[in-house]
Amino acid sequence: MKPNDVILKSVTQVAAVIILTFSIYLFMNGHHHPGGGFIGGLSMASAIVLLYLSFGIEKVRENIRVDFKKLAAIGVLIAIGTGMAGVVFGQPFLTQAFGYRDLPIFGTTELASALIFDTGVALAVIGTAVNIILSISEDR
Amino acid sequence: MNNTLVLPLIIPLLTAVILVFLQGRIHLQRWISGASGLANIAAAAYILYQVKTDGIQTLYMSGWAPPYGIVFVADMLAALLVLTTALIGTCCIVYSFRSIGEEREKHYYYPLLQFLLVGVMGSFLTGDIFNLFVCFEVMLISSYALIVHGGTKLQLRESLKYILINILSSALFVAAVAYLYGVTGALNMADLSVRVAEAGQGGILNVIAMLFMIVFALKAGLFLFFWLPGAYSAPPTAIRTIFAALLTKVGLYALLRTFTLIFYHDHSATHSWLGWMAGATMVLGAIGALAYKDVPRILNYNVVISVGFIVFGLVSANKDALDGAVFYLLHDMIGKALLFLLGGMIIAVAGTKKLSQMGGLIRSHPYLGWMFFVTVLAIAGIPPFSGFAGKLMIIRGGFAAENYLLATLSVASSLVVLYSLIRIFMAAFWGEESERAGGVMEERKSDYRFKLLCGAGLLVLVIAMGIGAEWVYGFVSEAGQTLIQPAIYIDAVLKE
Repeated sequence: MKPNDVILKSVTQVAAVIILTFSIYLFMNGHHHPGGGFIGGLSMASAIVLLYLSFGIEKVRENIRVDFKKLAAIGVLIAIGTGMAGVVFGQPFLTQAFGYRDLPIFGTTELASALIFDTGVALAVIGTAVNIILSISEDR
Repeated sequence: MNNTLVLPLIIPLLTAVILVFLQGRIHLQRWISGASGLANIAAAAYILYQVKTDGIQTLYMSGWAPPYGIVFVADMLAALLVLTTALIGTCCIVYSFRSIGEEREKHYYYPLLQFLLVGVMGSFLTGDIFNLFVCFEVMLISSYALIVHGGTKLQLRESLKYILINILSSALFVAAVAYLYGVTGALNMADLSVRVAEAGQGGILNVIAMLFMIVFALKAGLFLFFWLPGAYSAPPTAIRTIFAALLTKVGLYALLRTFTLIFYHDHSATHSWLGWMAGATMVLGAIGALAYKDVPRILNYNVVISVGFIVFGLVSANKDALDGAVFYLLHDMIGKALLFLLGGMIIAVAGTKKLSQMGGLIRSHPYLGWMFFVTVLAIAGIPPFSGFAGKLMIIRGGFAAENYLLATLSVASSLVVLYSLIRIFMAAFWGEESERAGGVMEERKSDYRFKLLCGAGLLVLVIAMGIGAEWVYGFVSEAGQTLIQPAIYIDAVLKE
């Protein structure tokens, strides 16, 4: 008999949005406030795991068509890429650049290439964390 | 600033990540990992050339000068070890093409091997003690995955012990780094060396040095090698080879580095303990090598003996002994890789690990037999081959430092090495042909030739290193000079 989990599903629908927003907030704030790629990626992974828990693995897999093993690899690739970018410009490996730009909505914003490195970290963390959960949950 | 220093780290890392995307396509994986191996050798050789012509090379990561940033340092020792690692790594990758089996290759075998190389290269090149820890972990975590890869019962059991021991020693490593940072306030090795010299090594710094000694002894299999013989007999030949040739040697390198660069002031407190441990390692390893009658165990105990031998070179701490330790370290990496490859082939050909069930292989496999014989002579240190020069220098240095007991032990251990390995040769190749042999290999003649060719490549290196010992000594002597005079290293890193 299938248990009635309508409350769980309804709460998840709201909570997942909040958690995802919060994870992006954490991720973007890493430069000047507590947060960053690791914690941002981990909280996003927790939102995805919550979706898996309440809706079932098959259902979520149909809607989020991402291979998490490859997502982790892409993350590492991005991180290496930002390191190599410094080399291309004749600077030491892993050199980071930053500057101030006038953006349409945000006004004067500080843009740092460390953010791209952090994106790599975040993707690697999401890929690894979700992949661990998925591998354990598969009963073979 | 010299960005080539990061190449030996980046090439395998990039390869590993690319190979993750090509999971099912085995042939493409083989081509890419082979090509990256060759590229790695080229990069390592170029770094060696730079170090030889322009002196010690440094790379300040992100442009932060030490002691504030992480620095990559290639002195002669690191450059030589990086080149040797690239050669052995490529050889093991090529050997895996025909030996590891499709089922393993499909499950991220080549990426894991590349990640292992990332860790080893990083450990040799880094000039920062916490970065050394990180590179150790990169290496160890890939080795955890490789030791259990395939999931046979034996592998599962041994990997459990291996992982437990290494997690414990890694935790100790972090604690030791924390204490050291608490006392000195530095993590950069050159800066640490300066600060330890200023503070005067004694009291708490000696305790920290002992803690590092325990950590690296666990990793290198020095005296605390109880985990090694079991763990190294579990995985398949190619993996076992890369473990025996590289993993314990990284621990040895860390011992050499820390006890010549940072903690070299109070020999009676640290080096005498290292001496006792080296002696005990040689004796216990010799007992193990004599006691067992199956091929993997004998080979594993031979790894242990050589660890004790190299640390004896470090203990004597004069120019001869340190030169010898570097020379023997290089020889031993290549020699042990060759020995394990050939040992694995003997097991495959004979169809058994037990000496008592082998016999008469020389008729069906003459090349394998004579290659193994030459390897045994090289490892034992018979003059025309590469083991001789290193052994001679270590023992001469030992006598000069008046370590008569250890010098005698190390000569005796050479005899044990020779006896234990010749026993494999005699049991496997001489005598009556056993009924198990032959049939196993008939259908895989081409695989056998391919593997033999990998071994031949390493054998050429071993012979060339022996005959060209004078030429190799030019490089080794420079490495020994940096070890005996830490000021050279410090000046190169902390210049400006």
